Amino acid sequence: MSAAISGPGGQATGPSPRRIFRGLMPADRVFFGVSWSVGTLVLIICGSIGLFLLLQLIPTVRAYGLHFFTQVNWDPYIGQIGVAAALLGTFEVALVAIVVSVPLALLTALYITEYAPQFLKSGLVSLIDLMAAIPSIIYGLWGFFLLTPRAEEVSRWLNTYLGWFPLFKVAGANPRAAVVSMASTYYGSVAIAGVVVAMMVIPMACAVMRGVFAQAPPGEREGALALGATKWGVIRTVVLPFGRGGIIGGTMLGLGRALGETIAVLTVIAVVFDINFRILRSGTITVASLIADRWNEATPGQLSALLAAGFVLFVITMAVNFIAAIFVTRSRSGASTEI
Amino acid sequence: MTGTLSQPSPRPAATSLSSGLQSGQAQPGLGGPGLGQPGADPYGPKRPRPVGARTADDRLALAGSLAGSLGLVFVTYDRLLPFSGPVGFFVCWYLVFMLCYLAVSAMAHPRQVVVDRLLAALIHGAAAVVFGAVLSTIFYTFFRGYHAFLHLNFFTQAMAHTEETAPLSQGGILHAIVGTLIEIGIATCVALPLGIGTAVFITEVSGRFARVVRTVVEAMTAMPDILAGLFIYAVLIVKFHVQFSGFAAAMALSVMMLPIIARSSEVVLRVVPGGLREASLALGASRWRTVWRVVLPTARSGLATALILGIARGIGETAPVLICSGEATYFNANPFVEPMNSLPLFVYQGYESGITEMVLRAWGAASVLLAIILILFVTARILARSRPGRS
Repeated sequence: MSAAISGPGGQATGPSPRRIFRGLMPADRVFFGVSWSVGTLVLIICGSIGLFLLLQLIPTVRAYGLHFFTQVNWDPYIGQIGVAAALLGTFEVALVAIVVSVPLALLTALYITEYAPQFLKSGLVSLIDLMAAIPSIIYGLWGFFLLTPRAEEVSRWLNTYLGWFPLFKVAGANPRAAVVSMASTYYGSVAIAGVVVAMMVIPMACAVMRGVFAQAPPGEREGALALGATKWGVIRTVVLPFGRGGIIGGTMLGLGRALGETIAVLTVIAVVFDINFRILRSGTITVASLIADRWNEATPGQLSALLAAGFVLFVITMAVNFIAAIFVTRSRSGASTEI
Repeated sequence: MTGTLSQPSPRPAATSLSSGLQSGQAQPGLGGPGLGQPGADPYGPKRPRPVGARTADDRLALAGSLAGSLGLVFVTYDRLLPFSGPVGFFVCWYLVFMLCYLAVSAMAHPRQVVVDRLLAALIHGAAAVVFGAVLSTIFYTFFRGYHAFLHLNFFTQAMAHTEETAPLSQGGILHAIVGTLIEIGIATCVALPLGIGTAVFITEVSGRFARVVRTVVEAMTAMPDILAGLFIYAVLIVKFHVQFSGFAAAMALSVMMLPIIARSSEVVLRVVPGGLREASLALGASRWRTVWRVVLPTARSGLATALILGIARGIGETAPVLICSGEATYFNANPFVEPMNSLPLFVYQGYESGITEMVLRAWGAASVLLAIILILFVTARILARSRPGRS
């Protein structure tokens, strides 16, 4: 053993120890330089977007005052421009999407890692990745043509039987009315938009969660099984605690997508500028779909107002992400895995 | 300890989990040559205890609950109760099934088993909902799109000389297909090296600056697609007077894809075991060789997924394309001059127009988009698996 350590050339009684080279090798110097500049470039690109949007806020606030944040209506022709309704709609749609999608994504991720038979596993993983690959415009069409008729049925049921719960009440709707009036009452609501957005949140959240669950240490899994845990016991005591960072990270990615989704929302909603807390009632607007809807006909002044609305959305998503990032860095799965 | 081990256990030992704990005397087949007793094991060949095995009780409780709840709901729903519609039927069936399953399990089993079974049922139900939803999306799109597929000119012509209300036997989406492929190709060429380079920078070259980049990139994944489009519109088109073109749209797409690829690659690289890196460095490899030979190959499958997710987001994005590429009804393969149409934009315009023929064309274009994504997807999967080395 000692011969192997000292090596063929080095002897214990040699004149001086081998000098250790502690600097970077040339290849590494290039590697560090290139990756540092890539990082800087990406930082510049990303930072300039935020800066650029911020600069658009100044002329808008100067033109419309702070009413920009409290004004409900968006009608440039009578000088009313405000993001209050759009902000509320954005939050409502994102909230519905998260409430619908995160439990489904979590359970689906658990199904794939823990329950699915081995021969199905890779196919199901691909199917989830494929679900993320389906364009938002197709989800929009799906939501408009396939989901909306069914959702209206469910909305009517919820309003009829659970209308005592404020969230499900639809003011002015007669639940016992004939089917004909259903379309105008429940069509294009926050709930429908939320479910469509949830379809896009699920694969993002699920892919992250599944990736982390699959990394749960097999030793601890088998330890739990050896101690007599049921399958759910293994999930509760090993998989979920290990994957907490992935659950929060996946939810975060999903929330980002939900807040910023544009085309799918614009396809299914009925555009209405209104402070509306009834998620089943027809009509809403989000910031992103507001920009896409009004971009075409905007004058330069209105364009900067739209960009300022975009900046508000940008700040909100950044804030959400920073809060979530704090959780993720604390969790166990953020640390590097040891073998 | 030796007293318990010298007595043979009443059941065959679970070799997968406990073989390391038992001595050679109890497990002659696995013990060392000096310790093992000659002769066959009286308890048959050693097999790992099947962890997820189902007993007859498990199967019958499940099947009975399913059948019983189906029968109950079938009799009451829409006959006795004032509910109707297929959606409600399945919801009610599932709820009644869970109650049945709870009752049946609680009759014979302790709490742990009941909880285990109910959560298994919940997890299977949720997975069925999700997979049902995605399959319904795919099949519904192809079901609505196949009308347009019946006409060959749909793939070989542009819409330049065709009225919007013309029947499907005239005009097509060739311009949109070509436009999409060119735009996503340019965007990927920009976003892929930058994205993975950023991920490598964050994970391998740690430090304060790398943490700043990581925070910004992480925050940028939430950037709405439309803002990327507006940014490129205001910078490239308004400031630098670049035309409405495929190139501008591709830049918008790459700005949008870059943080997504960087973030998901970083997540993948972070879970590469630290021990692998240390082993490579201890063997004398440079940091660059460690990244190239150990870290990236270990994470290859995950990186392919990250790339797929990025391209998937990019190819279907309508909003940046809507703002940066302009509308074109004619064929244009040059990304630098003149507007260029793309599939998602064509679909959106077709839906917006409300004209029956255009909606049909929109469904056809949506099917083509989906088919392209399927092809790309399968290719990426095969590439990620077929290389030698670790899976």
